[in-house]
Amino acid sequence: MRRTRIEQVVIHFIFWLIVAFCLVPFLLLITASFTDEDAIIREGYSFFPSEWSLDSYVFIFQKSGEILNSYGISIVVTLLGTIASLVLMTLLAYPLSKKDLPLRNFFSFIVFFTMLFNGGLVPTYLIYSNVFHITNTLLALIVPGLLVSAFYVILLRTFFTVSVPEAVLESANMDGAGEFRIFVQMALPLSLPVLATVGLFQVINYWNDWFNGLIYISDSRLYSIQVLLNTILLNVQYLLDNVDYSSRVDGSSIPTQGVRLAIAVIGALPIVLTYPFFQRFFVKGLTVGAVKG
Amino acid sequence: MTSWLDRTVLKKAKKYKILYLMILPGIVYLLINNYIPMFGIIIAFKEIDFSKGVFGGDWIGFRNFEYLFKTSEAYIITRNTILYNVVFIILNLVFAVALAILLAEVKQRFLKRFYQSAILLPYLISTVIVGYLVFSLLSMETGFMNKSVLPFLGLDPVMWYTEPKYWPVILTIVKLWHSVGYLCIIYFAAIVGIDQEYYEAATLDGAGKFKQIFHITLPSLTPVITIMTLMQIGRIFYADFGLFYQVTLDSGPLLPTTNVLDTYVYRALLKSGDIGMASAAGFYQSVIGFALILISNFVVKKINPDNSLF
Repeated sequence: MRRTRIEQVVIHFIFWLIVAFCLVPFLLLITASFTDEDAIIREGYSFFPSEWSLDSYVFIFQKSGEILNSYGISIVVTLLGTIASLVLMTLLAYPLSKKDLPLRNFFSFIVFFTMLFNGGLVPTYLIYSNVFHITNTLLALIVPGLLVSAFYVILLRTFFTVSVPEAVLESANMDGAGEFRIFVQMALPLSLPVLATVGLFQVINYWNDWFNGLIYISDSRLYSIQVLLNTILLNVQYLLDNVDYSSRVDGSSIPTQGVRLAIAVIGALPIVLTYPFFQRFFVKGLTVGAVKG
Repeated sequence: MTSWLDRTVLKKAKKYKILYLMILPGIVYLLINNYIPMFGIIIAFKEIDFSKGVFGGDWIGFRNFEYLFKTSEAYIITRNTILYNVVFIILNLVFAVALAILLAEVKQRFLKRFYQSAILLPYLISTVIVGYLVFSLLSMETGFMNKSVLPFLGLDPVMWYTEPKYWPVILTIVKLWHSVGYLCIIYFAAIVGIDQEYYEAATLDGAGKFKQIFHITLPSLTPVITIMTLMQIGRIFYADFGLFYQVTLDSGPLLPTTNVLDTYVYRALLKSGDIGMASAAGFYQSVIGFALILISNFVVKKINPDNSLF
């Protein structure tokens, strides 16, 4: 009896160390973003700053149109991207779940093969930029790489096959309902759990994506928050040159060190804040994905 | 009779027409986004001449590859890509399995969920933000290491972003921090699925915790571990671009220990504009990567056909 208690204490101790290891970097980011600029320069980023300050956030919300603009781009891209991607993927997955569809295996293979082989960055980039000319358009943040993922299509197809009973669809067919109506009115409502899971993953993928912005976007008006963060991380000067409209007018300087981290905080915020609510679906999606799709 | 037959055929054709129409947009997307680039890798054997169209340049045989493999970089990026991935795979596996086993021993449901959430949180954060987190620790002028930790230990500040020798360790820690939670959750789900009767029987037979772990838990996990690991081995030729690009702040002096295939292709294509080199390296990565996926799947199939991808 006593041995199990010691075991439990040791286990909890280990877990608290790991929890600290996972969360402490976030804590440092947050405290540093609330630190006074002079204090940062004196003491560095610290867990216990000598002077707290809201200057970084005041700057972001009052003076910088660019940061708010990039936040808006991120929201628009995430919404449009997730919706378009769900529409395309469910439309593709549903017919593939029909066992009697001629050429079903051929189309399934076309989807699946994209998981095994890809052309890589060079031809993809050349096609999108030189053939479709999507550089510096909103499409560049939505379309390349993210819109249809074979993995989710297979996940959806499996769900349609397993969880939407054929008998239900059959009876609808008897009643003379068209295939598309059956899909919209019967199959989709029955598939809400898997749609929610895939949608959630796509929201995260779109919100977190910076790669498309890095390679296809050079117009700063189209920067998403992640692309803006990326630019500022690799080039501090950018913040001074482009984001700071106001100081040239009123002469105040911007709290560069603090603002960098404050933007990172608001960039991570939507996901961190909603995480406790969607965590359950997320874990479910991950573990379903690991089992053969 | 014939009219009835006609009608069912018609109805069937109409039914399939709608289904094919539904498939169409997704397939067109895959053609553009995946299949044209697959054939586009032949660009590695061509002279780049955009006046003749993207893929219309003259054939130049293996010249791009000769240039690529003449440089010492081809060796460095291949070595870095594979070595990092090997270390990541091994450490991720050990830590994820250990954590999953420990997590299953936690009795309180609330704490179990809390630990799970905390371990998984880093996985949800974009690599750019991971770059900021690392920067707040390692920044040369204002970082927590240089301003607080090293002075406290009586050590001199380190110019982290210009010293390549530290980065294999830093990147390994960051990678573990970022991705161990994902694997841990997968293994934990597999442990939860193990039939409790085995453990009850083992306890009755007087088997201790460690015996149970080695004789019940680990053998039950073997199929999941095999497939997860082989999937990662199949991707051993692909690096986590964000990790090697963002987290290192794209710092030039760090390249000897941080340049990998993916960052090399990106820089050759978009920074130095050397499309020939980029396409050769990309071709090399695509083809060998494909072979490795086929091989690892073949191995999975040999071990356990149920776990193979195809």
